[in-house]
Amino acid sequence: MSDVVEKTLTALPGLFESQTGAAKITNRLRQLIKSITELTSKHEEENLIKRELSAIKEQVSSPNTTMKQMREIMVRAMYCEMLGYDASFTYIHAIKLAQQGGVLEKRVGYLAVSLFLNEGHELLLLLVNTVLKDLQSTNLIEVCMALTVVAQVFPKDMIPAVLPLVEDKLSHPKEIIRRKAVLALYKFYLIAPNQVQHIHAKFCKALSDKDPGVMASSLHIYLQLIRESPDSYKDLTGSFVTILKQVLGGKLPVDFNYHSVPAPWLQIQLLRILSLLGKEDQSTSELMYEVLDESLRRAEMNHNITYAILYECVKAVYTIHPKAELLEKAARCIGNFVLSPKINLKYLGLKALTYVVQHDAKLALQHQMTIIECLDHSDFTIKRETLELLFRITNAQNVTVIVEKMLDFLCYVPIKTLTFAPDNSWFIQTMNDVFSIGGDLLQQDDPNNFLRLLAEGKPEEDDQLRLYAVESYLTVLKGHTSHLPQCFLQVMSWVLGEYAHLQESVDRREVIRLLTQLLDQRSVSSETRVWILSALTKIPEGQTDLILDLAESLSSSQDTVLRQQAQELRHLSQDSQLREWVLVENSCAVDSSLSFLDGFVSEALAAGAAPYKPPHQRQEELSLNLEPYSFSLPVSLSSCSITDRQSPTLLSVSSGLSGNSAELSTLILEGVKRVWGKDGYLPQKEATAPPVDEPSAAVQPASQQEAAERIEPRPEPSTQNQDKQQLASSLFVGLGVGSSVSLLGKSEAPPPRFRKKPRPHESSSSSGTSKRSSDSSSRSSRNTTDSFLYGSFPEEEPATSISTFDHTPKSTTANGLSQNKDTKEDRHANTSQILGGDMVIVRPSTIQDKHPPSVSSDLTALLPADLKDLPHSDVISLTSDPSLSLSSCRLFRDEALLLVIFISNCTETVIKDVAVQLTCEELKVCTGNVMDCLEARSTSVCHYALLMDDPHTNVSLTGTVSYQTQPGHTNTLPFSGTLSTADFIRPLVVTTEEYGKLWLSLSHDVKQNLKLLTDAGDPLRTTLNALKDALQLHVVDIIGSEGIVACRLLSGAPCLLHCRVNGAALAMWLRSPHPALPDFILYHCQRALAHH
Amino acid sequence: MQFMLLFSRQGKLRLQKWYVPLSDKEKKKITRELVQTVLARKPKMCSFLEWRDLKIVYKRYASLYFCCAIEDQDNELITLEIIHRYVELLDKYFGSVCELDIIFNFEKAYFILDEFLLGGEAQETSKKNVLKAIEQADLLQEVSTQSVTSEHLCKCIATPQ
Repeated sequence: MSDVVEKTLTALPGLFESQTGAAKITNRLRQLIKSITELTSKHEEENLIKRELSAIKEQVSSPNTTMKQMREIMVRAMYCEMLGYDASFTYIHAIKLAQQGGVLEKRVGYLAVSLFLNEGHELLLLLVNTVLKDLQSTNLIEVCMALTVVAQVFPKDMIPAVLPLVEDKLSHPKEIIRRKAVLALYKFYLIAPNQVQHIHAKFCKALSDKDPGVMASSLHIYLQLIRESPDSYKDLTGSFVTILKQVLGGKLPVDFNYHSVPAPWLQIQLLRILSLLGKEDQSTSELMYEVLDESLRRAEMNHNITYAILYECVKAVYTIHPKAELLEKAARCIGNFVLSPKINLKYLGLKALTYVVQHDAKLALQHQMTIIECLDHSDFTIKRETLELLFRITNAQNVTVIVEKMLDFLCYVPIKTLTFAPDNSWFIQTMNDVFSIGGDLLQQDDPNNFLRLLAEGKPEEDDQLRLYAVESYLTVLKGHTSHLPQCFLQVMSWVLGEYAHLQESVDRREVIRLLTQLLDQRSVSSETRVWILSALTKIPEGQTDLILDLAESLSSSQDTVLRQQAQELRHLSQDSQLREWVLVENSCAVDSSLSFLDGFVSEALAAGAAPYKPPHQRQEELSLNLEPYSFSLPVSLSSCSITDRQSPTLLSVSSGLSGNSAELSTLILEGVKRVWGKDGYLPQKEATAPPVDEPSAAVQPASQQEAAERIEPRPEPSTQNQDKQQLASSLFVGLGVGSSVSLLGKSEAPPPRFRKKPRPHESSSSSGTSKRSSDSSSRSSRNTTDSFLYGSFPEEEPATSISTFDHTPKSTTANGLSQNKDTKEDRHANTSQILGGDMVIVRPSTIQDKHPPSVSSDLTALLPADLKDLPHSDVISLTSDPSLSLSSCRLFRDEALLLVIFISNCTETVIKDVAVQLTCEELKVCTGNVMDCLEARSTSVCHYALLMDDPHTNVSLTGTVSYQTQPGHTNTLPFSGTLSTADFIRPLVVTTEEYGKLWLSLSHDVKQNLKLLTDAGDPLRTTLNALKDALQLHVVDIIGSEGIVACRLLSGAPCLLHCRVNGAALAMWLRSPHPALPDFILYHCQRALAHH
Repeated sequence: MQFMLLFSRQGKLRLQKWYVPLSDKEKKKITRELVQTVLARKPKMCSFLEWRDLKIVYKRYASLYFCCAIEDQDNELITLEIIHRYVELLDKYFGSVCELDIIFNFEKAYFILDEFLLGGEAQETSKKNVLKAIEQADLLQEVSTQSVTSEHLCKCIATPQ
């Protein structure tokens, strides 16, 4: 039915056009789209589109179809193409539409052309006349459309036809036309630079155009021109600087602002141009220091667009002739990027670092912990960029660690890195890993480079390496080989063929057997078979029987190459004279200039062949290639590897005439200094890096030891951090200026989260040092504060706090007369514990109190000397029986919680074999001790260090103590207790500035409103003090209605708290690198405030 | 810029603009691969990815992914802002743009893109100027084609893709 209507409509175009035509046009497309969305399967869609396309086909070929209908058809055709169906029969109609239609049809026609056709499409030639006509049109819109299509797709050969017209448009009164003309010329320059050589002066005019849009467009051309030859445009530096200054100064119309940043695209373009101009040119660079400085300064607003500009600016600063002041500012910018929690900025920070470490390796040191974290990032993009960065800082000292990391992440190990290898066995072993894991994904060069490394060394020097390789490969081949990648098999067979004779102890028959075995495997490709056979050709001497067998079995192979090789093998093994002649035992000299080809070349030239041109020259002329094809000298991989005994690296056989070509020089073997064992990668470190002229095993341990020494003086971090820091120190070793450089970075910007103020507790647990005694005064003052914490006294009441500061259980639990309400509360808590109710954990004093305390007050005096000075909790009785009584006390060390257990003998006799066993699922129990016997009426002390890696709300401890009162009669006494996370919280002392940096770098956050204590004059201060007392927090700063507080889990993950008074509540915002830590701290804060 | 692709969360291509000459087969392959890769990424991941020797910069706006391919030395962040500016332009033109506007008026979306980027480079970054150019060309268009009845769109929204 609709077909009938359709036909009626097409037959009567004039009637309907003015009224219903347009509406119908859009309806057809809408119908199509709608019916597609209603379909359920791909198959249905295919059918529908097929029907649609045949309808279109019918319509376009109908002579009655009007241009207006054609326009609609074209839109539908574009839609079908976008869905991935072929509508190529409409291409010609698109061109026709552009040619014959009115302005509206033309617009669609041109669009269809630019979407359908590629630069090289032959139909484009048909468009040239239309474009020419439209360029000369008086209708500006037509001119615009023609220029737009020219700037997108235009046949290269036809450029001369339109060039004069486009050039004219550069002086058109309308800026939109000038702008499009400039971009069309830019396009011409990209596809055929020679064509627009003569109009450079006009570009210059465009650059000084009064319209910013035209000027900005001309920068595309300049960027390209300057990229190709910076020296020719140095005189424009001043102009570019002036433009940038004007942009920065807000001289452009506000239309060009983007999120209130003036013309960011223009700025970035200019910065790129400036960096190209100032590269390695001091005087030019000096012209731009000022404006770069201003750029860095202006880009302050916290928006992506300013970061985009900053990034470009930093790159420019590091590209041009260096200026210390700017470098410093740029480095700070990079810091902001790297530490940013926004992942996109982090990525750019890493990218900038990757760029910058080539100039200044120290910068990586400052961010090493961030880099380490990024290595384990869940986003592969970040990981990859980090690896790229590591690759840039590879040197002789950190190569083992870096390559290991790279292998972890899948094998993208540029061989170059391995030239720093510290010793032979590591090198070969790593290469084995690389080949077997990375396998055929490796770039083709990598196996070749590796083999070249093996082959190039002097025989006596590198025989050890080769020997090691042979041994290692024989071992590999004896195992399972079917899973090994082809390129690894090829490498192995080449090495065995070349160097198996070095290993005296190996039976050659064994080698031949292993290789032959490979030939029998189905998974081995024919190319690899060729490698294996050529290896076999080199080995045999005297093993004629095996070889003949082999040749016999292969002579019936279907592969002609193999058959031929088998033949050669047979002949060689039978004719020893021929063999000696073909396979020279000692390596032959390589004629790197390829002079032996001279005769051939001159002959060819005389016969009319074209002289050799390097590939890059050839490419340019490709389009005009009217001459006969010149001689080429193809060399295939397999043919080369069969006969080239010296090296399979494919010396590219190019004519000696090319001589000076830069690419060639890397391939010349003669006189090439081996990169193997080259000094460290970075110029700065050359002075300090140990000389590594010869790969020797000594280097690595030395550097590691050095690294270890540097770590040592630092406080012990938790194991996780320790791992990371160890990794950091091994990754970044050798980047510093002097050997004394602290691995944790320079003082300017150390990774904040790991910075600690030196505190006496951390230095060591041993006593008796002079430092210790001098520190003890400061510690005792801290002790006081700490005991405030545990007594939960607000600071406003110092008088009463003294009474609780004697660490006896009496004062808090037994002394019921105490007037202090906190003490009452404490008692209340303890009572509830005694009643067996739910644990109330308000303060760290939560060890369960099963029996009324009966412990003497002087137990703390029994603490070992080195522990005495630590802040500690009250002593609580754990358990007791007629002969023994146990009490415990918690000591708060920075990196652990020490649980001290006092075991008192209540009897008059000696108790023997007293052993305490302590278990806890959630914690790491580090140390404990056992005593043999306990004298009558005496007390012994044992202590356990408890570490908490992951926070838990409550941790229950269980233990037993076993003892013998009479020989052979063992008593056991169980005890248990509970600890809270609060016992493991330590204050983190940081400055406000460090806090700020750290805040930005942390990822996990939790927000919650808490109760605000309003009973005192300053609610915020009171609340924070209460929290500080309940949990060991460090109040960093209080500014107005906001307060910042910091703590950490032992010496591990930090947690930052940001508190703001929000009406009657305290808005608490917590951040930590540990996902769960904020929740636990929040929980304890809530509890603390609820019980206040 | 090498190319720009717009595709939906379901992986349906909505717009494609190629600034480098490639064969249809290659285009299809690239599109398929990229759509898969980008859709597989989690929302919190960074907007850039290395793909072959190119950098892909993508951003999701509601149900639509905007995806650009740039060279390594190009600035990723500014590309993100190019995408954003394009969205702003579409938004201004269509009046709070949605995916359906782009589906049903994809040729308009192309026209706007061509005024904004030409040959893969930013041509005109002033929002006002771009829209002015489009409006001038549109003036010649009949009134009836422009009016998009919201009824139609609503029906389409109801049908799941």
